Amino acid sequence: MKLITAIIKPHQLDQVKDALERFGISGMTLSEASGYGRQKGHSEVYRGAEYTVDFVPKVRLEVLVDDLDAENVINLIVGQARTGRIGDGKVWSVPVDDVVRVRTGDRGTDAL
Amino acid sequence: MTYLELDTGDTAWVLISAALVLMMTVPALALFYGGMTRAKGVLNMMMMSFISLATIGVLWVLFGYGLTFGNSVGGLGLLGDPSGFIGLGALMNPEAMTGTIPTMSFVAFQAAFAIIATALISGAVADRMKFSAWVVFSVLWAIVVYFPVAHWVFNFSDDTGHVGGWIANRIEALDFAGGTAIHINAGAAALALVLVLGKRQGFGREPMRPHNLPAVMTGAALLFIGWFGFNAGSALGANTLAAVAFVNTVAATAAAVIGWLVVERIRDGHATSLGAASGIVAGLVGITPAANSVSPLGAIGLGVVVGALCALAVGLKYRLGYDDSLDVVGVHLVGGLVGTILIGFLADPASPAGVAGLFFGGGFDQLWRQVVGAVAVLVFSFVVSLILAKVLDLVMGLRVDADAERAGIDLTEHAEAGYDLNPIGGRLGGAGSALATAATTPVDVAPDVAPQTEGADQ
Repeated sequence: MKLITAIIKPHQLDQVKDALERFGISGMTLSEASGYGRQKGHSEVYRGAEYTVDFVPKVRLEVLVDDLDAENVINLIVGQARTGRIGDGKVWSVPVDDVVRVRTGDRGTDAL
Repeated sequence: MTYLELDTGDTAWVLISAALVLMMTVPALALFYGGMTRAKGVLNMMMMSFISLATIGVLWVLFGYGLTFGNSVGGLGLLGDPSGFIGLGALMNPEAMTGTIPTMSFVAFQAAFAIIATALISGAVADRMKFSAWVVFSVLWAIVVYFPVAHWVFNFSDDTGHVGGWIANRIEALDFAGGTAIHINAGAAALALVLVLGKRQGFGREPMRPHNLPAVMTGAALLFIGWFGFNAGSALGANTLAAVAFVNTVAATAAAVIGWLVVERIRDGHATSLGAASGIVAGLVGITPAANSVSPLGAIGLGVVVGALCALAVGLKYRLGYDDSLDVVGVHLVGGLVGTILIGFLADPASPAGVAGLFFGGGFDQLWRQVVGAVAVLVFSFVVSLILAKVLDLVMGLRVDADAERAGIDLTEHAEAGYDLNPIGGRLGGAGSALATAATTPVDVAPDVAPQTEGADQ
């Protein structure tokens, strides 16, 4: 199993979620996040004082998938999250030892 | 005082105006200032307005009205004699009249002025002043600065032998609703206070952005509405004077928003919402002294100038290095000065005040009166506030400690948070609280699995 984590632009989220649902992914976890990569921040002006805001709002999407699906899911997310402009985000995956569904006690791929 | 017959229309308008001016402090100023602070200090900022309402409201009844509107002690025009006005009981007599309205309605109206003048200062001290120090400073400031200055400016002599303040009666500076007594006064006090108090940690390095601009805009809009009570209500009657002041207030404020936004667009590239809200306040401050002495076109001119100058003035704190957090100096001191002095140029003899300024062939006569009035209030308020702040700093300390400031003044001074954005964890009752015992009564949860880690056996 793999844990796929995607940091993407908030307004690309709906597209990514819809594509994952169509693919058959039954659940995901979302958190609001802030960060920057090559994009760096943006500037804001308050009463003439200009501020550079380093951390830009992003969303962090986490999906647990079977090893067989991992490559497809990564490609799906990347395809839907890409705008081609700087700041589109990153996607990565890490191996997962075990997963337990809390309600039933199902283990491993049964718990996905 | 001349005893005229009571006019119910005039009385109704002044009572409504009094309520409108009260609304300027809570919620309008509290929202305007509260939204401009960082999230961790919003409650403390709003509380400074609320507590001013409470403390100054009580002071006003006890002796504040008397010190301000009593007969001038020794005829010097410096301070009113409060005897006869202590507790205001004597004014319940139906014969106690001010013009065509009961004196009691004038008391109510002016109470709201004393409250907002004091609360205005709080914007300069965001995030770092002990609440107790604010309470003591604001109470003493009202007594030693506001009541005397309001006496100088608002207390008019009359033909019954009543002697008023020196600026109103001897200098004859025009200040319709408080450009000197309220705005220059509060602005100069704010400057003195922040010089003693010092800067917020990270001032000039960290972004200290307004945490809620919709609250700032709502507050500014409510200030605008409340200010019609402030300016048009200062006519103390429902009459032409009130209507002229009303229209001049609209004209100057509208023009000031444009003035402020044009400066921002040219200097920074964007017209901001904070600029629009600030422009409203700058325009209102500027027209306050002049609402009865300029024409509506003059008010537009005054508004553009005051909006543009205040937009430029708010940047000064970064260059000069004082942390006037929410620009009380940049907006109220500068706006008050500009409005008060521009009367010397723009006063229109056709206006209710009937005085001619420099541009209307009146020469420098009114101009020097305006300058003397403005400078006198500025210097007095700055010097006395500076001494007051310095003494309080030595006696009780003005500032919260560095850790408390970092953690957020709402938590350390009020044990509250403005926004519960993370409602996870915690339980009822703190250490030593009676509730704590009930909340922590152990629930019977037998751990049926012991830790298996080596070395964890007990």
